[in-house]
Amino acid sequence: MSRIKAVFDALHASGRKGLVPYITAGDPHPQYTVGLMHALVRGGADVIELGVPFSDPMADGPVIQLACERALVHGTSLWQVLEMVAEFRRTDSATPVVLMGYLNPIEARGYEEFARRARAAGVDGVLVVDLAVEEAPGIAPVFRNAGLDCIFLLAPTSSGARIRAVAEQASGYLYYVSLKGVTGAATLDVASVADKLAEIRTHTRLPLAVGFGIRDAASAAQVGRVADAVVVGSALVSQIEKHQNEPAVLPELLTRQLGALRGALDAQ
Amino acid sequence: MNDQNLPDARGHFGPYGGRFVAETLMEPLRQLEEAYNRLKNDSAFRAELDKDLAHYVGRPSPLYPAERLSRSWGGAQVYLKREDLNHTGAHKINNTVGQALLAKHLGKTRIIAETGAGQHGVASATVAARLGLKCVVFMGSDDIERQSPNVYRMKLLGAEVRPVSSGTRTLKDAMNEALRDWVTNVDDTFYIIGTVAGPHPYPMLVRDFNAVVGREVLRQSQELFARLPDALVACVGGGSNAIGLFHPLLSYETVKMYGVEAGGLGIASGQHAAPLSAGRPGVLHGNRTYIMEDENGQILGTHSISAGLDYPGVGPEHAWLKDSGRVSYVSVTDEEALAAFHELTLVEGIIPALESAHAVAYGKQLARQMKRDQALVINISGRGDKDIFTIAKREGIELLK
Repeated sequence: MSRIKAVFDALHASGRKGLVPYITAGDPHPQYTVGLMHALVRGGADVIELGVPFSDPMADGPVIQLACERALVHGTSLWQVLEMVAEFRRTDSATPVVLMGYLNPIEARGYEEFARRARAAGVDGVLVVDLAVEEAPGIAPVFRNAGLDCIFLLAPTSSGARIRAVAEQASGYLYYVSLKGVTGAATLDVASVADKLAEIRTHTRLPLAVGFGIRDAASAAQVGRVADAVVVGSALVSQIEKHQNEPAVLPELLTRQLGALRGALDAQ
Repeated sequence: MNDQNLPDARGHFGPYGGRFVAETLMEPLRQLEEAYNRLKNDSAFRAELDKDLAHYVGRPSPLYPAERLSRSWGGAQVYLKREDLNHTGAHKINNTVGQALLAKHLGKTRIIAETGAGQHGVASATVAARLGLKCVVFMGSDDIERQSPNVYRMKLLGAEVRPVSSGTRTLKDAMNEALRDWVTNVDDTFYIIGTVAGPHPYPMLVRDFNAVVGREVLRQSQELFARLPDALVACVGGGSNAIGLFHPLLSYETVKMYGVEAGGLGIASGQHAAPLSAGRPGVLHGNRTYIMEDENGQILGTHSISAGLDYPGVGPEHAWLKDSGRVSYVSVTDEEALAAFHELTLVEGIIPALESAHAVAYGKQLARQMKRDQALVINISGRGDKDIFTIAKREGIELLK
């Protein structure tokens, strides 16, 4: 059983909701990423989404764009991100790690080579933002065969036919984008999220994580009522941006910030 | 594979093209494709488009026999396809008129566009003004600096020009920002992509709207010299003017075709915008094509004196035509383009856009290798009025600002 499935099964059995933080690898500097990952686990992370920086993050808002730029200034590469995961795995063999990013850095290194190395490093899943299911047949099987879960996005605009097509190729969980927009957008309409999740559940039994627009304990709790897990990214990355010049304080800050969300989710 | 029948149903040109975007845009792109496939065969839509092309754009544009230039170069007979004479001064309007009609039929009330040199931004603002649609143009802050006349033109036309200061602050970043806006405002907004790149169906529909250029050249060649041209030359940034000229003639095997990329300071310098000449296949802005990237798959900054060619990708159909060998892709440097800019201006009294000057520069090399009874068509994709500040500055002349 994959580490991701095990985590969601355990959450389900205990009636708890998953908490999935996102940070960009290499932000504010590659040397801090592993420490921040452990800090997220202390704050209550069930799964970590680790961003692979890309020069042209077209689905991301300004916060994560700048995180990518900070990471790329220090030359953070795909292979380095895998080294970070391998280092994280030395002391944490339980928390699933999902790489989130764009297709080109992976294509540039070759899909087979990437999948093999990612698995060896201890990566559990891959979420490629600009890989829609239509283009996935030549790529997703390579990841799956290496033992990586393929996590796909669903959106408010996804039709029933698309939801079925996506669910067929997905494993681990599905990531529902709560709004039409980029990461870090401000508005979140919980009622419409609830409606769409209900529709998605008629097509699949995969766990549903919801992201985009979750910034604090209140919005996490609201979404937690209808989703299996909540994803929080830009709110954490904003902290990293704010304290980029005093990175020593970041682990404690992120642990506390995520802890507040954990508390709100568990209080329901 | 027949070059003229591409893309396939999923938007692929061989291994290139496709639809690599976040999930939110997949359904809107499918709807756009469906609407386009329905409307392109609709006689009322075609009549409306033809009417706009004739009476608003000013088509057909002349195929001008450049006799002095031909004599001076001493080779092939040179014909200039005068897209610079279109309304707004470039081929870009062929596409924006078509996409604006699509927007109208889809009931969208807001237009967004990305622009590099500003020509596509102006052409988008123009059609938006005419249809009473709100228009926002995304433009890299570096490009705003070097193309100020077009920025002002867009503002006069009622468009909002939004500076993009992320990344390299040029065309690619403007396109990222336009995609972000579209994903946010997808319900009421139509994204008019200005080149034959982006996710399917854009490379196909932008090509189709520009193919009027090649269709006219086919007819005008018969009228002027009673046969097909021997060679076609066009500049390639994203490649919309080139594909518009080439596509209707692809099946005529005797017609040689040359796409001219921006060689910048020279291919060897690395300071250029020539992905077909010096890049490799990758995925950018929703399609697989030749791109300029480093070994880690990060997109590289580009350099060209011409803002309209300053783009690290290229339309996927060009990637296919390069691999199939049907079209030859070459490059000329900033200096060669500048020299051609001056030469055409002085010899024929036509001030070309710096983009088009790249085609002229290669056309000169090519014409000299051709016989006097051969015909060479060069696409003058735009006029150079927008570039006079850039050129004056480079030559140390201060113009009134």
